[in-house]
Amino acid sequence: MNFSMFLQHFTNALGLGSMYGLIAIGYTMVYGILRLINFAHGDIFMLGAYFVFFATIQYKIPWALGLVIAVLGATACGLLVDRIAYRPLRDAPRISALISAIGVSFFIENASIVAFTGVPRNVIQPKLLMEPFALGTVRLIPLSLMVPVISFVLAAGLLWVIYRTKQGLAMRSISHDIETTRLMGVSVDKTIALTFAIGSALAAVAGIMWALRYPKVEPLMGMMPGFKAFIAAVFGGVGSVAGAMLGGLSLGFIEIMSVAFFPKLSGYRDAFAFVLLIVILLVKPTGLLGEKLEDKI
Amino acid sequence: MLEIKNLNVWYGAIHAVHDISMSIARGEIVTLIGANGAGKSSTIRAIAGLVKGAKGQVTWTGKDGRPVQLLGRPPEYMVKLGISLSPEGRRILPQLTVEENLMLGAYIRSDKDGIQADIEYCYRLFPRLKERRGQKGGTLSGGEQQMLAVARALMSHPDLLMLDEPSLGLAPILVEEVFATISEINREGRTILLVEQNAYAALRIARKAYVLETGAITLQGTGAELLENPKVKEAYLGG
Repeated sequence: MNFSMFLQHFTNALGLGSMYGLIAIGYTMVYGILRLINFAHGDIFMLGAYFVFFATIQYKIPWALGLVIAVLGATACGLLVDRIAYRPLRDAPRISALISAIGVSFFIENASIVAFTGVPRNVIQPKLLMEPFALGTVRLIPLSLMVPVISFVLAAGLLWVIYRTKQGLAMRSISHDIETTRLMGVSVDKTIALTFAIGSALAAVAGIMWALRYPKVEPLMGMMPGFKAFIAAVFGGVGSVAGAMLGGLSLGFIEIMSVAFFPKLSGYRDAFAFVLLIVILLVKPTGLLGEKLEDKI
Repeated sequence: MLEIKNLNVWYGAIHAVHDISMSIARGEIVTLIGANGAGKSSTIRAIAGLVKGAKGQVTWTGKDGRPVQLLGRPPEYMVKLGISLSPEGRRILPQLTVEENLMLGAYIRSDKDGIQADIEYCYRLFPRLKERRGQKGGTLSGGEQQMLAVARALMSHPDLLMLDEPSLGLAPILVEEVFATISEINREGRTILLVEQNAYAALRIARKAYVLETGAITLQGTGAELLENPKVKEAYLGG
């Protein structure tokens, strides 16, 4: 493999990994606060992709506006999932919410098959994003640079919110002690809703970029990226936003590079992620940047 | 400013608080003393909105003179009314710094300058917190955590400051220090409801005191009266 080929793979890995990272942030934030694996998260990712498809390709709304509509639409769906499927179970045993999450995920997937049909649809990419240009010896399209840049900017913005704003302080506090946080005047439901909104918006952005990069949408497209992003969240350390990004990137690099260097293994591409999950759970269950999660009192 | 009539608290079938009535006037330190399990915490937690099975009347009259029924409201509502609770066991957020814990206490406020001034005020009350301002809450000693819990409860600028067992687990010298500061906070005009097992320390600074036994009030009077009361002496002050 020559250097420019390596750079090509590197860019691919960076793009894929940063999308995993964006999705993983939603898992990690919700888990950090509610100790709930939001199985429907991958489906919000899918909805974001579908919404942008319908808005821009079906209804010919300009891209800029279509993006906003898709992100807002998917965010609203994420909030709705919390409101209907999780909030009534806040005081119930955690396993109830988990089962509810699995149910919601199946519901969204099947409802999407009914509503959108199961047939994959092609996404027509805006020309602007596809015009190849040369960077040294590597030929790139703007899209493959945009994906990691947008992902990192969003992740950095989120870190700023979490560490520099009042709402971020409330989120960090709720994840450790809900009752005390309420005593400080924080509305737990609103803060949790904000968490779902942020996670869903990021998943929608990832879904849109995914639909542009692998130019099609289908109702089950959120499953595999969702599982992998979940693994990325565990790998990076559940509860840590930086960890989610790091985990996503690691996963992207493992996936792309193993196939690049050992093309014979390409059939096992998806298996690498799950092997990684098993290894991390055996060796370092708290993940790369995670703190030890004590059970809630 | 706070009028409690026939407050009852149930946890499922357990009747933890029986028909308690008490009142707190503006500017007072009122204390609720009693043994472990007497229902002190249940009472104060019911006022703060943390107990679901509370019945009765808890009427708050704020600065605007309008009476409000508190039971059934969520804790965040109480904070906005001007009632703040420093919970039992301090409940400092271990992963937040001292200053972040204080900022969290000021969550309902948005007057940046006022918040900064109040942080400085808290550092004057508890100079030790200033030295540790950038340290994680979890690394503080028990006494420092208690100071932080009281300071954090002050940050919402409450009319009524409720303290649940501030002496818990503290060495006697620290108890004295914390209680001296509590009286100082009261002298500056803040109303305080103090729940304590350490009857001696509490009665010495309280203006009015209630004794709680197995969920009911058995004695009441001024702090000085109860300090001299033979029953109190025998049961709580070691004879």
